[in-house]
Amino acid sequence: MQITVSVNGDAYTQEVEPRLLLIHFLRDELRLTGSHWGCDTSNCGACVVWLDETPVKSCTVLAAMADGHRVRTVEGMGMPGRLDPLQEGFSRCHGLQCGFCTPGMMLTARWLLDHNPDPTPGEIREALSGQVCRCTGYENIVRSVRWAAQYEAAGRDGGPSGGGPGETGHGPTATGVTG
Amino acid sequence: MQVPAQVEYERATSVAHALALLTRYGPEARILAGGHSLIPMMKLRLAQPETLIDINGLSELSYVTVAEGTLRIGALTRHAQLLDSAVAGGHFAILHDAEKVIADPIVRNWGTIGGSLCQADPSEDLSAAFAALKATMVICHPGGTRTVPAREFFTGPYETVVAPAELLTEIRIPVRAGGGSAYEKVGRRVGDWPVGAAGAALWLAGDTVSDAGIGLTAVGAKHFAAAEAEEFLCGAPASEESFARAGEIAAEHCTPSSDQRGPAEYKQHLAKELTVRALRRALHRARAGDA
Repeated sequence: MQITVSVNGDAYTQEVEPRLLLIHFLRDELRLTGSHWGCDTSNCGACVVWLDETPVKSCTVLAAMADGHRVRTVEGMGMPGRLDPLQEGFSRCHGLQCGFCTPGMMLTARWLLDHNPDPTPGEIREALSGQVCRCTGYENIVRSVRWAAQYEAAGRDGGPSGGGPGETGHGPTATGVTG
Repeated sequence: MQVPAQVEYERATSVAHALALLTRYGPEARILAGGHSLIPMMKLRLAQPETLIDINGLSELSYVTVAEGTLRIGALTRHAQLLDSAVAGGHFAILHDAEKVIADPIVRNWGTIGGSLCQADPSEDLSAAFAALKATMVICHPGGTRTVPAREFFTGPYETVVAPAELLTEIRIPVRAGGGSAYEKVGRRVGDWPVGAAGAALWLAGDTVSDAGIGLTAVGAKHFAAAEAEEFLCGAPASEESFARAGEIAAEHCTPSSDQRGPAEYKQHLAKELTVRALRRALHRARAGDA
């Protein structure tokens, strides 16, 4: 069957098998390998992408179900030299070790900050509770999201300072985000 | 790598079209809603439909409303929508209690209420919640619609009364004043199926229970309900003593199986204890006017 999916603003029309999973469409057909294919059982969340306005686990969605819809992957989050504040946060706060879970974590966190600009550490953990970091680096993931939230709040209050809140690896709120 | 087997795919454009497609493709066709139960089953070859009929475009089946004294939940409503629905939580706190502990936030974004019910997993949380609320399922077929009580909807593990050419379209719950409800679940970890869970809905006349609904899941309860315990409670004082006895009666009528989530004795204990906790919290809410 033929499907047309808008991925990060670009429309792709492809012939696919109805059984093709969205994660394999993105990675194998479109060669957008930022979304990771992890557990294959909708448990780990490495494959999270946005379908229209909603984060979904793309290992459990058929590419056919995305026909006529918009998909957003990590490749659509920022650009070199102008990262999404979440990407910046993960970089500064060491929010990744092996990095396998990172794209899914950031896409879910992006949705969270869009709907709740000042989440508590508990709310961040709840939002990310369907995603697994096998390096167990959760503390720094929470710090990274808090960093992005504070950076964006500073921007709303009077323009980003450029450096954002905290230049150190642990950010300014290390004592406040022990979860 | 887990991928589904070859399958045909059709996209329904209306309920009538979905029914026509079901009729055309016969019993080897399956409705594809969120797919969060069906696609994993297809990957494991536990389900191998010949045709998928995608109903994700049927926005007319996605709603949570109250009208004429009835809460109506469209079958295509996503779990996250039900959890976000102030009207659902306002009338029946049990629905929000249950939704908070179903799978995880990302799965809840796409999995649907109707899909969960039609999957009919013997550990499904919503089956117990809707049994407690004595909900009614609305099923469409080419000749019209029929309604089935929640407690008659499930005919066995992974089996429902929905026939091959039928579609579950709505869940209805009567809204009645003076009640409270709650859901209590024990799971091994966040997002997992329950080891055991209980839901309760209580209506009061003064300090007496005027009506009670108790739902149980994962513990081998007939029809996901504790009918004998409900019968005991109706007309009984709304007290700890009554709830303790109701919990015992509920557990006596459960026949759980030992599995990787726990031994049968433990699940029986959970049936008792979680029934008591759910009743206690439902009473607290009924008295506080929190539904």
